[in-house]
Order: sequence, then C-alpha cells, then structure tokens
Amino acid sequence: MKHLLSANDLTRENAIEILDTAIEMAGVNDREIKKLPTLRGKTVVNLFFEDSTRTRISFEVAAKRLSADVINFAAKGSSVSKGESLKDTAQTLEAMGADAVVIRHYASGAAHTLAHSGWVNGSVINAGDGTHEHPSQALLDAFTLRKAVNQDAAGAGLDGLSVAIVGDIAHSRVARSNLTLLKTLGAKVHLVAPATLLPKGLTDKADSYSYSLDETIDSVDLDAIMMLRVQSERMNASFFPSEREYARIWGLNQDRLARLGENTFIMHPGPMNRGLEIDARSADSRRSLILDQVANGVSIRMAIMYHLLAGGAE
Amino acid sequence: MSKFTLVGATLADGTVANISVADSRITAIGNQVEGEAIEANGLVALPGFVDFHTHLREPGFEQSETVLTGSRAAALGGYTAVHAMANTHPVADTAGVVEQVKALGDEAGYVQVQPIGAVTVGLEGKQLAELGAMAQSKAKVTVFSDDGKCVSDPLLMRRALAYVKSFGGVIAQHAQEPRLTENSQMHEGKVSTELGLAGWPAVAEESIIARDVLLAEAVGSRIHICHLSTAGSVEIVRWAKARGIQVTAEVTPHHLLLTDESARGYDPVFKVNPPLRTAADVLALREALIDGTIDIVATDHAPHPAEAKDCEWSAAAFGMLGLETAASIAQEVLIDSGLSDWQRFTEVMSTNPAKISGLEGQGESLAVGSVANIALIDPQSSRKITDGGASKSDNQPYRGLTLPGTVIHTIYRGEFTVRDSKLAK
Amino acid sequence: METRTVLSASDIDRAVTRIAHEILESNHGVSDLVILGIPTRGAVLAKRIVSVITRNENVEESQLLGQLDITMYRDDLALNPTRPVGVTHIPNDGIDDKVVVLVDDVLFSGRTIRAALDALNDFGRPKAVQLAVLVDRGHRELPIRADFVGKNLPTAREERIRVHLTESDEQNQVVIEG
Repeated sequence: MKHLLSANDLTRENAIEILDTAIEMAGVNDREIKKLPTLRGKTVVNLFFEDSTRTRISFEVAAKRLSADVINFAAKGSSVSKGESLKDTAQTLEAMGADAVVIRHYASGAAHTLAHSGWVNGSVINAGDGTHEHPSQALLDAFTLRKAVNQDAAGAGLDGLSVAIVGDIAHSRVARSNLTLLKTLGAKVHLVAPATLLPKGLTDKADSYSYSLDETIDSVDLDAIMMLRVQSERMNASFFPSEREYARIWGLNQDRLARLGENTFIMHPGPMNRGLEIDARSADSRRSLILDQVANGVSIRMAIMYHLLAGGAE
Repeated sequence: MSKFTLVGATLADGTVANISVADSRITAIGNQVEGEAIEANGLVALPGFVDFHTHLREPGFEQSETVLTGSRAAALGGYTAVHAMANTHPVADTAGVVEQVKALGDEAGYVQVQPIGAVTVGLEGKQLAELGAMAQSKAKVTVFSDDGKCVSDPLLMRRALAYVKSFGGVIAQHAQEPRLTENSQMHEGKVSTELGLAGWPAVAEESIIARDVLLAEAVGSRIHICHLSTAGSVEIVRWAKARGIQVTAEVTPHHLLLTDESARGYDPVFKVNPPLRTAADVLALREALIDGTIDIVATDHAPHPAEAKDCEWSAAAFGMLGLETAASIAQEVLIDSGLSDWQRFTEVMSTNPAKISGLEGQGESLAVGSVANIALIDPQSSRKITDGGASKSDNQPYRGLTLPGTVIHTIYRGEFTVRDSKLAK
Repeated sequence: METRTVLSASDIDRAVTRIAHEILESNHGVSDLVILGIPTRGAVLAKRIVSVITRNENVEESQLLGQLDITMYRDDLALNPTRPVGVTHIPNDGIDDKVVVLVDDVLFSGRTIRAALDALNDFGRPKAVQLAVLVDRGHRELPIRADFVGKNLPTAREERIRVHLTESDEQNQVVIEG
C-alpha cells in the first residue's frame, strides 16, 4: 500500500493488519519512552488547507513517535477565496523531500488528485477531503469498537456487530469512510438521518436506513451508535428547520439512551455539539467511547504510517 | 479560384458520384471530371458541418482559444461554420463586439464564424441586451444566448422570447436552475454521493426546460434548448414537440458518449456543464437524436488553459474540447450503431443547425448551384486521440480513446481548408 | 536443493533443557530474572525454556516470560516490503534492575540482537542482558556473542538454516539448506 485515500483502499486483511499494529503502537504509547526509531530519516508533511488542530496534532504526534521529521504546512486559501494552488504547494513540499503528505482539504478528491497527479512522489494520507472520506477516522473508530467489544482482539474483524450512524450522512466524510470500513470488517450498518441528509447512493450500501432514530433504537439490537456532528450551516441551507427540532427528533438524549441496550456503545468523531446531536449525559455515560476514540487516534495513525512508510518497494 | 472534381465520392443517400467545384459553388454532380481530379473513393461527402455551440474565447480569453485557433480546429473537424458563444470578455452583448468577432472569423477564413449575442447585459440576467442592434449589425445575429448562465428570471425570459420575434431571432437557453445547482460539481446520483462531490440534480435542467417550452408556447415564439443532458429533458421536449411548440434541442457529443462514472478519478477534464449523466441518460439522448426529438449535435467546445484543469476537481473550470471529435462520435451513435444513416447524420451535423439560425450558404444539400461547403470523411478508418489537436487548449476528454472515422478534406466556399487531414493553409 | 538435518527433535529438547539449567545456574535461581523471546521462533523457545524452569523452581510463567518484537527497531525495514508487526509483552514488574535473557532461534549477523538491545533500552534499564540461542551459525557483523548456545554450527554464508518448531511448524528439527 502506498497511499491511504479512501476506506475503499483497504481490504479486510489490510485493515485488520493496521488494527493489530495499532495494538502494539498503543503499547508504545503506554510506556515511559514513547518513541520508536522506525521512521528515522523520513519526512512527513502535514498539509492542512482546513483548520483542524486535533487531527493535525494527532498525525504530528504519531509521526514524531515513529521518529519521523514533521513539517506542518497550514496552507492559505479556502473554498471561498482561492489562495495557494494545491499544485504549487505540493511541488514546494516535493522539493523539501517529503516521504509522506498528510492532507486535509476542503475539496472532495483533493487527496486523490495529489496522489495521482505526479506532483509528489511520496505517500499521500487523506486526513479528510471535503465531504468525501476520512479513512484514518474510520480506522480509529473500528479500533476503538473492536477493543471495546473484545479486549483480546488481534486478528479479528467486527463480524456480526450492528452499528447505527446517525446524523448528517450526506455531508459527512466520517460516515462515508465508516460505512465502507465497517462493511469491510463484517459489521452491519444502519443509517439514520432526516430525508434531506440521507442520499440514496449511501443507503444502497447500508444494511438498512431509517428517517426515525426512535424506530432504529426500538427495532435494531445495536452494538454501537455513532452520532455525527451537525453543522449549523446545514440549517441555514434548509436541510432541517431548527436545532431544536433536530435535537428532538435525531439527537441522542437521556430517554433514548435509556432505551438503548445495556451493551450499546456510544461514539462520536468529535468535536461534539453537546445538546444538539448528543446530550451531555449520553456523551459522558459509562457506555461512551468518545474519549477512547480521541485517545486511540495517535496509535492508529502510527500504524497507518508504519504500513505506508516503513517498508521498501514491494 | 480553384476548379476541381472529387472523384468517386459517396453521397449521404449512398450514391457514388463525382462532384465538381468551381468559383465556390458546386458546378456538376455525375460522371464528369472538371479541373483537378481528386480521388475520393470510399469517402463520404456531406454538406460542411455547422456547429451551433462553440466557445471561441476571443475577445478576452485568448490564452484558451482565439477565433483563429478555434476556426482551425473546426475545419479539421469538418466544419464550415461555427456559432461563437457570447460569454467572452467583453461579453458579446453589443453590436460592436459581435461585429468584431465576425471580422476576426472572416480574417481567419477557415469557417464562417457566426456570432451569438447575449440575451442580457453582461450575462447578468437583469436587463435585456440590445438584441435588435445586434440583429441589425453586420454580424446579423439571429441566435441569442446567455450560455454558461441560465436566463432564470421567468419574466425576463418571457420578454426575450417575445422580443426576438420582432426580427426572427431565437433564444438558446442554457437550462440550469441556479438555486438548485449552487456549488454543484457533477451529476447528482450514486457516483456523486460516493465521491462526496456536490450533486447537480437532473431536475435543475428539466424544470427550466418545462417552464421555457410553456413560455414559448404562451408567447408563440421559437425556443432552442442548449445541451440536453437528461432522459427527463428528452421527455419534456418530446412532449412539447408533440404539442406543436416550436422547440429545437441540441445534444453534445460528450453527453452521447461519456457518463458520470468518468468522474471517479477526480480528473477535472471530465468536469463539464451540464454534467456528464448516467448511462440511462446517454441511451435516452441517443434515441432522441435518432427519432428527431433532438435536432442537432452541437459541440459546446469549451477550451480552458492547463491551469484551469490542473487542480483539484472543485477548483477546476467546466468544459471540454469537442470540435475535432464531434463527427466521430456522431458516426458512432448514428452509423456504426446500425441505428440510423448518413442522411440523419447530415441533418444533425449540418442542415438543422443552419436552419435554426438561418445561416445562408450553410447546410445546403450537395447539389448543383449550392455553395461548395463540403466535408469528406473516411468512415472506415479510426484514430487514437492523443492530444487537444489544433485547439490552443488541451482539455481533451477522449485522450486515449480510439474513435471511428476521420475527416479527410474540408472545403469551405470552394477552397480546401483541410486537405488529407491537414490544414490546407 | 540439498537439505540436511543438523538437530533432531530430541536434540532440540536436550538443548532447551540444558540452556534452561545453564540460565538458572549462572543467575543463581530465578529472582530478578526475565526471559524475553524474540518472535516468532525465539518466543516459542523462550516459552519452552520457561516451562523447564517452572518445573524446577517455584515461579509462575507469567512472572518470568515475555516477548519482545523488534520489527520497528530493525535497520533493514526500507530494504524489504512492509513486515507485519509482532506482539511485545513485558512481564508486569518490568525490566528495570532485572537480568533479561533474550532468546532467539538463530544467531547470525547479530543485527536482530542489536535491534533487541535498542528496544530494551526503551523499556527500562536492566541490570544485565544475556542472550540464549538455539543455533549460533557464525558470520557476525556486530560485536555480539551469545551466553547460552544450543549448538555451534559452522556454515557457509549462502547456506540457510531452518528452525522448525511444532508450535509454528509441522515438526521439531533444524535443517541446513544449501
């Protein structure tokens, strides 16, 4: 594997290998000296066209723990004001001798374009492109869930588990990557959203979909429920009328928490809008894996970098 | 003036004859050989093609194309006339600009360049441009279009449809409901959802077409619909024609061949407006072209400089080249498919577009006394597309594909503009 | 290809038993002892050695036995396709001030042991590090030697030593291919 652009790039074997490696990386993160010499001499560039301090720091710490040199490049420009072109920026990085580029970009497909344009020779890791994919998030979610349901999980997938993804499916790169990877690992996926945010192209890939969170909670035996962040700009574009209505119909609250099974884990890719898609009691409940998700980010990103960068040519 | 005879050419109806040309007109069709004898055995001789929808980019965007380079590409594609779209800079919304474009076309001399005038000032959709002044100018504009943008205001559209009746003009509508396509990147469907690219719903096109055919009916005016791209649009036009509404419609070569699956590699060369649709839409467009619902094939040749395409998808410009490949795709759809014939090919590539704009001396059947605008193609050969050809730009969506048929000669007003597939001057 | 058996199943058993006793003898028992196998076959041998020790001494396997994956410390990662990462497990008391006995199947260039020493360094500061191997075939590229050796086996550099252990292979034997 040279690039990680999409959850579709991962076979079941690849994915499980990365999850298993992440177990060992988590061991490294638990010890006093949290450093491996594995990527000594390699240069990893964090190329962020979109602000995301947590994701950038997670990749930065991961690269540093593997002894890579890290360059953070916050590129100017946005979908509104075109700034630096991706091509020029990429060629600058190439001149610096980047072995890998971790890219976050507001345009869907930007990571793909970077990997296949010939502008850079190194590996490309997609750290979120527009409303397309965020594969490292899906891997860390799978890692977190696998660990939660089965502590001794090396070699295992997520076979037979049932996971609901709830919220702005249409615009969520996390939902796309998770849908694909969860299916690859053998889980059943149920999508829940208002009809304005649930496109057919994705419902076709899911095991079921519903416009009612209550119906899903009552009819499906869920092992986990993933709540997606709702952006207020969606409300302004009339995808739903108000935050209050959204929270009432599609938010995870105390009442719905009580009706979920005792063994249903609660997940959220962060950052949360407490009180909108998830209330504080659900987010902080005993069954919440939200802090584990944050904690596992570095281990999974170390595992990804190991698989992409450590080996020589096949 | 040259005098020559094309020997042994096959006409659209299948007959084989010699065609003699002198003083810019066809002088004889039969067994005669007059002047220089030019072997045309195995070649199909058709009236020179007329493109109804060409972006020549001059004035204003000469880094993409000029009237000269676009004219050359057109000649190589078998065209003897092109209609130059109005979205230049300055916009072709005054008599001065359209006359300038026509003069540049005459100077280049490869094809007849017929300017299209903007419907509204600056293509802004707010105020009618001086349509009458453009019609009465030396450019004799008959077709008006804000192409690239939709005349979305229904009142303005109604007025424009009515106003152009005063001088026999026609509005060519770019059907795209702007609110339904804000930030849209590609056809809305399974592929756009997977790729995370903002969708461009079919209904954004269909709703405007439905509105405008009804407006045309109410006003008693002609209307032309640019680049139909969906099966639903075909249904509406079919319905409108059956009802007796004076509507004509065009389809681009790329909408007859390519689908939204092309976007999967995020290569912006496939980013185009209207977007590439599904295989079912392609099928419906092909059927409509054959059964007469769609009247013409128009290229929407839209050159862009490398930097407009060498970037991430959402930052890239819309549009693709088309002049040098259109005849090949029309051949594939009409002839090689076994579903139609060269007479229909002639209608959609030459006769009908000339008729819609009332272009004199173009789209005439090959007959004694007609202006000698002739395209000769070798339908048996095929060619691999490797570059952007004579265009100044390189946004070639068919790169790597092998397309059937080759334009061998193009004769414009009795003179070779292309001979043996090469520019003759 | 010529294959010749150099250690039979019973040769291996005897070597493991002898190494176990030598480790006990030279360290005066099991206090402060940690035995770390290097995956894959070093870990199998370490487990066998520890099972001999637990038969003779009053100690639990879990107090004594661990394994140390050195993949991420290798100096030849970039020369080969990506290797799967093995499991590392250190007994609960850690390795600080312990005598760590590293166990591997074959000692050859010494580079694996160099990597293992680097890895150990990141886990703590042992009192001493010793090395036990089933076969020492020579051709060292680093100043490293084994403390406990099952069999010294002079080989030609191009020959290959294959260690088969029933935990991961069909049978117990060591063969030379050349």
